[in-house]
Amino acid sequence: MADHAWGHGEIDGGGMDVNAEPDDVFAALADPTRQRLLEVLADRVEATATVLAAELPVSRQAVVKHLAILDRAGLVTGHRQGREVRYAVRPERLAATARWMARLAADWDSRLGAIKRIAEASEDAGGSGGRPAG
Amino acid sequence: MVQDRIEREVLIAAPVERVWSVITEAEHIGSWFNDGETKVDLRPGGMMSLTWNDHGTHSILIEKVDPPHLFSWRWDPATSKDPREAASTLVEFMLTPEGDGTRLRVVETGFADLSVSEEDRATAVLHNVEGWAAELPELVEYVERLAG
Repeated sequence: MADHAWGHGEIDGGGMDVNAEPDDVFAALADPTRQRLLEVLADRVEATATVLAAELPVSRQAVVKHLAILDRAGLVTGHRQGREVRYAVRPERLAATARWMARLAADWDSRLGAIKRIAEASEDAGGSGGRPAG
Repeated sequence: MVQDRIEREVLIAAPVERVWSVITEAEHIGSWFNDGETKVDLRPGGMMSLTWNDHGTHSILIEKVDPPHLFSWRWDPATSKDPREAASTLVEFMLTPEGDGTRLRVVETGFADLSVSEEDRATAVLHNVEGWAAELPELVEYVERLAG
């Protein structure tokens, strides 16, 4: 269970929270404040809720709640240092979800390409007369 | 950003009626989608039964049939669960005339609703492995930024 195939082995699964449902990633990212929070955190590498609250238009308490949701989704991690918790981005799960979506999108590109070939081929074969003779 | 949504489109040099046939008729669907038996009950609430020789049969629930402009259905892209009994994504095909051709847009939404295990996603069928050429650049860029 330490490593799972979801990331197709391209992503180091070590330390990933295997209990976090991938669905949580979408829910966690659906909120614009949390998106912004992740970006700020990514820029700072590591930060406390107090520091993050200073850079966002929400209270420290709200930041703490958002961080808890991101933590549950496996998108951030926190470790206690003295009296405060320092947070950092965990990119593995986000990357795995992004790759999954990219693969599904690539599937659609491939299908649309096939639809195009079939539609255009049957158009040629149909002898619609719409094209000038070669 | 990882969004709960996939949108792709293609411009096809064929009239909308032709494209409509390709995406709704069993004989054509079996050429671009699955590779086994294909059954289509083309009406809202009707079912499509598509078989992949390697992966088994998927049940797909048709939602909207508005020829030749809109065709939509529900499925579970990660497993072969029946969309009438399990969470599903919605796939919408939108056809728009453009010059002598057709712009075909496909939008798949609802991934956040899928209750699938990571193993299910790992073994999610229907993948063309070489499809990496089409990865979503903005998303990858975002991930790379976060990865620092």
